[in-house]
Amino acid sequence: MEQFLAFGVVGLTTAAVYAVIGSGLVLTYTTTGVFNFAHGATGMLAAFSYWQLAEGWGLPVPVALALVLLVLAPGFGLLLERFVLRHAQGLGDAQRLVITVALLSGFIATARWVWDPNEPRPLSPFFVDREPFRLGPAVITWHQAITMAVAVAVAAGLWALLNRTRTGAEMRATVDDRALVGLTGADPVRANRVAWMLGTQLAAVGGILIAPTVALDASQLSLLIVSAYAAAIFGRLRSLPLTFLGAVVVGCTESFLTGYLPQNEYLPGLRLAAPALLLFAVLLLFPHRRLRGRDRKLIPVPMPSMRGTAVFAASIVALGVLLATTLGEEQAITYGSMFALGVVALSYVPLTGYAGQVSLCQLSIAGIGAVVWAQLGAHGELWALGATILISAVVGALIALPALRLSGVYLALGTTAFTIILDRWIFTLPSFELFGVRIALFRQGSAEVVGPNLFGLRLEDTAQIMVFAAVCLALAVLGVAALRRGTFGRRLIALRDSEAAYATLGGNLLLAKVLVFSLSAGLAGLGGALYGMHLRSVTAENFNLVAGLPIFLIAVIGGLGMVGNGLFTGASFVGPNVLISVAPWLHNPMGLLPALVGIGVSRHPEGVLPMMRRGWEPLGRDRTVLAALLGLFALVWALRLGDVIGGWTLFVALLVGAHLLQKAAAVRQAAQTAPDVPVEWWGVRRPWRAEDKEVLARGLAAG
Amino acid sequence: MNPLLELREIRAAYDGITALHGVDLRVGAGQVVALLGPNGAGKTTTLRVAAGVHPAESGRLLLGGRDLTGADPRDLARAGVCLIPEGRGVFPNLSVRDNLLMMTFTGRSREQVEEVAFARFPILAKRATQTAGTLSGGEQQMLALARGLATDPAVLLLDELSMGLAPLIVAELYEQVAEIARQGVAVLVVEQFAAAVLDIADHAAVMVRGRIERHGRPDDGLRTELSALYLGSST
Repeated sequence: MEQFLAFGVVGLTTAAVYAVIGSGLVLTYTTTGVFNFAHGATGMLAAFSYWQLAEGWGLPVPVALALVLLVLAPGFGLLLERFVLRHAQGLGDAQRLVITVALLSGFIATARWVWDPNEPRPLSPFFVDREPFRLGPAVITWHQAITMAVAVAVAAGLWALLNRTRTGAEMRATVDDRALVGLTGADPVRANRVAWMLGTQLAAVGGILIAPTVALDASQLSLLIVSAYAAAIFGRLRSLPLTFLGAVVVGCTESFLTGYLPQNEYLPGLRLAAPALLLFAVLLLFPHRRLRGRDRKLIPVPMPSMRGTAVFAASIVALGVLLATTLGEEQAITYGSMFALGVVALSYVPLTGYAGQVSLCQLSIAGIGAVVWAQLGAHGELWALGATILISAVVGALIALPALRLSGVYLALGTTAFTIILDRWIFTLPSFELFGVRIALFRQGSAEVVGPNLFGLRLEDTAQIMVFAAVCLALAVLGVAALRRGTFGRRLIALRDSEAAYATLGGNLLLAKVLVFSLSAGLAGLGGALYGMHLRSVTAENFNLVAGLPIFLIAVIGGLGMVGNGLFTGASFVGPNVLISVAPWLHNPMGLLPALVGIGVSRHPEGVLPMMRRGWEPLGRDRTVLAALLGLFALVWALRLGDVIGGWTLFVALLVGAHLLQKAAAVRQAAQTAPDVPVEWWGVRRPWRAEDKEVLARGLAAG
Repeated sequence: MNPLLELREIRAAYDGITALHGVDLRVGAGQVVALLGPNGAGKTTTLRVAAGVHPAESGRLLLGGRDLTGADPRDLARAGVCLIPEGRGVFPNLSVRDNLLMMTFTGRSREQVEEVAFARFPILAKRATQTAGTLSGGEQQMLALARGLATDPAVLLLDELSMGLAPLIVAELYEQVAEIARQGVAVLVVEQFAAAVLDIADHAAVMVRGRIERHGRPDDGLRTELSALYLGSST
């Protein structure tokens, strides 16, 4: 009984923290409409700041607390509102999600930059010197008592603010009808400002209260939010009392699992994954009108031409061969993963770009692909690569079933939960037997991965695997372009535009979602296997949630509707290593880059690839300049192979040459082009051209 | 009569497509002006420009002689302009009482607002704790109209008050509008259900394709012209 009470007290204390953090999340969501994925990371930054002031610089605890909670946290909330989130409110679901995911990734990178993760940072609980007191048969420490008291005070304070004050009514009204708030003479901007200040303060309170009981680790603290997510979803993202109840359920479940889970090598991870499992369950059990949000601000999905895509695919292979023949082994290891990660990133295009299903678990599925290949393709058997794609596709189909009930930010949450279940539990399992087959995942360490055996040709060195990955990416690009041009691609876009209309027109939602999830998971699995072959030895950390965030962010920055996204993401992911190799101090700032650019997505929600495509189109059409580019390419390649020039000269010559030729093509085209004739006058003021039909079709498809 | 609300040569556009081609309109204190016309004529845009919700490309907006061109909706609301937008101008997830609380930003106290609103629409007092989105259409419109009564505006702009409501309720609501005007408020009403508003209007303007084509007293001539506009003319 004593043990039960002890775990109960711990559970309620944890629940109190989850309740505080969860209520901050509900507050900002109900008053601004932005679901803040970075809410936990804000609390993490506050905990680190508190540690710095109280432990690092030795300020008295009350002063450190006052500085963090009354100055830094609200100030940070104000800055976020002013420079990031105010612009986010006018965007669609996916873009808003990207901005807060970018913040999450940026906060973790910042914390790791400022506070060296290899240094331990112990943080004492409050009143640690005082003896715990007894309440009936239960023993309670002062830190636990303070935590619970704070949660009760927060509950009462928030309820009073939202339901008993004019500011609270103004905050809630802003979500209902922002324009109408302005018409009443109230100020929606002020309401949002208050919400973000308070939300940040609540995250800070939660972060500081929980930090002494867990390690002060940027990623771990940021992801504690998963438990608070579960609590907030329990409250359907609007009810504070239900959020508190949800927090109690989650906190006590975690605590009692710690105490009463049987000692078994397969189960420790289950306790760690429990919040994510609960989040998953709550998302599915509490469908709500508001949980099935609908995005009205959709980005256009351009129609790729097969000829252009074929040229692009050939360029990918050429780039692979160029890199394989000119890079040393060490550089090949650094840059060669671009093609494998490109395949993973390309999996976002049909799933999120075409079908509008926001998933944050693509890198985790890639992890499944890597372990399946490690197990089945231990000797490089080619059939195993097909099996890897197939098994990954089956996993994708399994994810699609719950996805039927979710969309937008809730689907993103569900896939986040799935990723965390894999990270914390499944990927940490020792080998086990299923239907008579021995399955080893990461073997509680690392899994060895070999290259494929291509009809007797064993691909072993990094350069060979790089070319193989480039060929796979090129084929995947062709496949995705064909999908977009085909009936199924159009159906997916129809589904994205309106699920209801798709269903009422006779479309089968279940089938379409299962197919697109499977297809995209198959691609991600292939990417994972290729990534594993490149790394040769993979661990679960290579595929965890935090590792996957920058890939997702770069893919969105590129433009999720573009087939060029794979190469763009892969190249952008490894590209900064060029600068880091010259200036190693850039390592940390470069880690922030995806987050910073992700925050800027509000300016170009359609991504940067459409702009790049427009810039390079004249070169593709100008045969003379294209021939000159290919000539330059062949020349510098030959010079490099002959050891006449070094790698840097080749890199700079190609970059400068391509840029100049692109400009030349644009100038030549501008000189040749007749003055613009408005589209409605084509065939009247100037003759109808054969290509006009396709130009019109593309314009219509791009919306 | 000196106009309280005056629109001069207002031009407005949506994404480069001109919706208003130089609209002139004047509403005096205590006057009800009905703005009528077929769909897409620019009636709602005119109201949105008058409330600062949609920017005018050119022209001037005067309130009691003060030039408020370009002012934002909040400043115009505080200056006394009250727009009740089309499709129930209420906050559906707030209770009736909280909706009334949102009417206190123009200077009146909560007690004053509730007193006026509950006296004029007693049903709202019975529904005080009910969420506005769960009220009937007529009750929601009463709640929206309560803002026009309780905040003591100088100008009331009403957009399609009758939308989706039974004729009896519409008549009742327009009686309240006439009462508001009698207190000296300048009322500009956009309405498809012309018969309802013409009974209380002092003046009517007919808009077609972004221009005011005709204005004058709501007499038989104007009614005939309206019928021709809506149903097509035999001439």
